[in-house]
Amino acid sequence: MSLINSVPETLVTAKLDEVLNWTRKSSVWYMLFGLACCAIEMMQTGGPRSDLDRFGAVPRATPRVSDLIIVSGTLTLKMALRTKLLYEQMPEPKYVISMGSCANCGGLFQLAYSVCDGVDKVIPVDVYVPGCPPRPEALTEGLLKLQEKIQQERWLVRDPGTADIATA
Amino acid sequence: MTIAEIHRLLRERLGTIVSDDLRDAEWPLCDVRGQSIAEVCAMLRDEPGCDFDCLSNLSAVDRKSDDAIEVYYHLFSYRHRHRLALRATTPRPDPILPSVAQVWPIANWLEREAFDLLGVRFTGHPDLRRILMPEDWVGHPLRKDFVEPDEYHGISTRRESLLKL
Repeated sequence: MSLINSVPETLVTAKLDEVLNWTRKSSVWYMLFGLACCAIEMMQTGGPRSDLDRFGAVPRATPRVSDLIIVSGTLTLKMALRTKLLYEQMPEPKYVISMGSCANCGGLFQLAYSVCDGVDKVIPVDVYVPGCPPRPEALTEGLLKLQEKIQQERWLVRDPGTADIATA
Repeated sequence: MTIAEIHRLLRERLGTIVSDDLRDAEWPLCDVRGQSIAEVCAMLRDEPGCDFDCLSNLSAVDRKSDDAIEVYYHLFSYRHRHRLALRATTPRPDPILPSVAQVWPIANWLEREAFDLLGVRFTGHPDLRRILMPEDWVGHPLRKDFVEPDEYHGISTRRESLLKL
């Protein structure tokens, strides 16, 4: 039986994966978490001029309801353990943006005894945003890159190739 | 009182505890025998005419070649707008100085910093813990002979040079 002309005009068809991903990427809530000068720039990004809210990203004050952690600033070894703890407290699926040179690789302070040179040594990073500090436009770009990544995820098929999901 | 008069007063009261020479600078400096530093500071705070009511800074320097650790006390008087710096020297293998936290409460944190980064132990300090480094950190990182550990709680502190691609 053909489906042509059998559904009303108001009905839109799409892959379920894409619909789910579209909703997920449009409500990436990031944790209120700032480490150093990059955090000031992150506040600007969330503020009215750059307005991250128009992409559905709003700050949340607790890791329990956050989807995204933006590591903004120099990560000291002391803070690295706490950052890891916060990351572990976030529910899946969760994402990490490493913002600025310090979070990317230790930046200016990478040779200091107290600095963890790169947040990717502690938690997995999805998007690296270069800059010292990155401008709000750059962080917005980082979020858009993350949205692209979320959109391409195969949310219903976690491990492609395992048959039981496809046949269930 | 001028700083020279204050220095003279210190010499009269305390004798050789305070060094004879006063280095003339924006922040004039004189040496104080380490074990008497708390006594000298209390006197400088309370003596009319001195009134050093503010400890601007307390810092320490590792003089490895002299096998000594120097602790500097930068004093300021809001009432008279005059300044004086004191230098207490303590042996490097076992640096111990009396605490001035009872004289100026701000010394509490400043001495914790000197303890944290250079290992100076201040006797009589109410709460001598690390203030900047993690509690379980080993060693005092501003010591000249501090060796950076290879890892901290499984986090490697080494990274390949970013220029080597």
